[in-house]
Amino acid sequence: MATSDAVDWDAITRDPRFQSLHKRKSAFLWGLMAVSVIYYFLLPIGAAYFQDLFKIRVWGVVNVGLLFALSEFAVAWIVAWIYSRKASRDFDQLAAQICAECTHTPPLQAAAGGLP
Amino acid sequence: MSKQTITFLVFAVVVAITMYVTYVAAKRVRSVSDFYTAGGGVSGWQNGWAIAGDYLSAASFLGIAGLISLYGYDGFMYSVGWLVAYVTVLLLIAEPCRNIGRYTLSDILAYRNDPTKVRTVGAISTITVSTFYLTAQMVGAGVLVKTLIGISYETSVACVGVLMLLYVLFGGMVATTWVQIIKAVLLVTASIIIVLLVWTPYGFSLPAFLKDVVGDAKVQARVAALLGDSSKNMSASELGQRFLEPGLYFKAPIDQISLGMALVFGTAGLPHILMRFFTVPTAQQARKSVVWAMVVIGGFYVLTLFLGFGAAHHVGPAAIAAVDAGGNMAGPLLAQFIGGGPDSMLGNFMLAFVSAVAFATIVAVVSGLVLASASAMAHDLYVGVIRHGKSVTPQGQVTAARIATLIVGALAIGIGLAAKGQNVAALVGLAFAVAASANFPCVLLTLYWKRCNTGGIVTGMVVGTIAAVGLTLVSPNLTYPKAVKAAAHKVLDGEAARRAAVSAALGASDEKAASQAKKELAALDKNVAKAKDDIAKWGDTNTSFMGLQEPMTQLKNPGIISIPLGFLAVIFGSLLFRDKRAEDMWNEVYVRQNTGLLVAPPTSH
Repeated sequence: MATSDAVDWDAITRDPRFQSLHKRKSAFLWGLMAVSVIYYFLLPIGAAYFQDLFKIRVWGVVNVGLLFALSEFAVAWIVAWIYSRKASRDFDQLAAQICAECTHTPPLQAAAGGLP
Repeated sequence: MSKQTITFLVFAVVVAITMYVTYVAAKRVRSVSDFYTAGGGVSGWQNGWAIAGDYLSAASFLGIAGLISLYGYDGFMYSVGWLVAYVTVLLLIAEPCRNIGRYTLSDILAYRNDPTKVRTVGAISTITVSTFYLTAQMVGAGVLVKTLIGISYETSVACVGVLMLLYVLFGGMVATTWVQIIKAVLLVTASIIIVLLVWTPYGFSLPAFLKDVVGDAKVQARVAALLGDSSKNMSASELGQRFLEPGLYFKAPIDQISLGMALVFGTAGLPHILMRFFTVPTAQQARKSVVWAMVVIGGFYVLTLFLGFGAAHHVGPAAIAAVDAGGNMAGPLLAQFIGGGPDSMLGNFMLAFVSAVAFATIVAVVSGLVLASASAMAHDLYVGVIRHGKSVTPQGQVTAARIATLIVGALAIGIGLAAKGQNVAALVGLAFAVAASANFPCVLLTLYWKRCNTGGIVTGMVVGTIAAVGLTLVSPNLTYPKAVKAAAHKVLDGEAARRAAVSAALGASDEKAASQAKKELAALDKNVAKAKDDIAKWGDTNTSFMGLQEPMTQLKNPGIISIPLGFLAVIFGSLLFRDKRAEDMWNEVYVRQNTGLLVAPPTSH
């Protein structure tokens, strides 16, 4: 492992590409995080304070509350899918470019050895 | 073949497979990085399944299916938080952890802070969280294995402990990873088979399946029993439908929100989960592993909907609660029913298979926990703090790790035996609360806030842990003898009047009323016996373990107070004890966590 002195960290933070990566990533991450947390807490709040809504039957005996709980799974999976798509198409490329220029040892790319 | 023989054979096969894996793994564990992180050579999907295996404890496998079978909707709602927790892990924690850390949670904290101080508090917190979780698992293991296969509590705890020690001691993280993967695959397979058998008769229609559940007399009787007097004017179909509506289990909304916070933020601070991200070579693989874990864990919880409601319909809530009051036997009993019932060979095979999976589940979770505690003890405390990272040879580090494993393993068995008969349900909640209030604020802020420093980490760890543990100690989760005795006296005072009323009904000519009265009389006798027991048991004791007559707070889970306190403590501590070095190193930390520059390559084998 190379020592940390081999890299000029301050120079990288001044690199406009790093700044752009940082800015885009932060907005994206915290935005997704806020959406997920709010959507999650709607479930216990709804179950506690909007029981009349949760009791409405919409699909045979299946009610709004049950569908809402199931939708929590869908939303968590969709958030994961949106994030990993954006990260692998966008953030990873930018990070790799930045790394490639400031050191001769680029970061390891996806190929994992795996256990035998 | 007798039931015992079938059970023994199925268990033997599962244990033999994991033992073989450990044997193979043991030959590969040479360096200290092999022992703690499988040399960083685990791939994304493997790690995803291992995370699922590490996370889906007996509490979630047996417990959530049980809660759904006994309380309907609320049980299912409970399962949601366990999946949403991984959104936090995915978005904020997994990749930076991979890029900054090496073996333990404290590695992340120590990166730009005073290693001695930070490693000490980090290790203490890791050991605290893991011990709470471990105690709950060991006691759960003892009770479950005893119920499932009929060996004594002590033997069960010893078996789980010895097996786990064999895996971790010889195979380190390599064996632990594979035991967790095998367990997760077995768990998902078993669940899919049962769900297919339960759901196929309805042509895979959700409303048709649930219509049968709410139309079931056993389910309706359960709802009527839960609601008590308020259910008097409800029709049978209204009672059944009520099973799919919220409010049968969770009574105080604030408790639920507090528990939700502990789950959603606590998972990202669980040392044995964080440790899994050091086993993959890159941030990309860490990301991939969380996505895999979310697919497996979420898919499993959707299946529990069918396991729980299926058990309520086929076995019946009363029969489930009769075997285990917490509903833990819902899944295994459903498997037995689906296979043809207690007298059929297939039914008993299914019961044995699900029991073996539950056993593997506990052993896999316990292995991960022991490894996390042992790494905190050996890597952080011994190598990092006592020896200051110097003069410990790689071989010496492996030996230290193995000795720490032995110590933690022996402690786990000892605690498991000592805690026999204790109510440990609150302990898992407490583990999540400490992780969310101490570990999570520290890890998050050291990764994302420039001014975070040693003072903040130490303050945050101490305040977060004390707040979570302290609030739990004064919460209604403890037993308050005064209230217990008051309730018991009330039962005894009302006994004579009640007995007279029931005895009058006993002589009624209506056969149905008479048999109902008979049942009530038996229940009354049982309650009276319990009340007398309680009064004798508590004698002159009027206060709880903490010396309180009544709980100081009504909060069952401290999260909603202790999590904000933890964050405030890190912020104030950091601002109070300014540290120029921590701020100077911020650029390095931030570039590293975002780009993965200079991450150590995986060891090749």
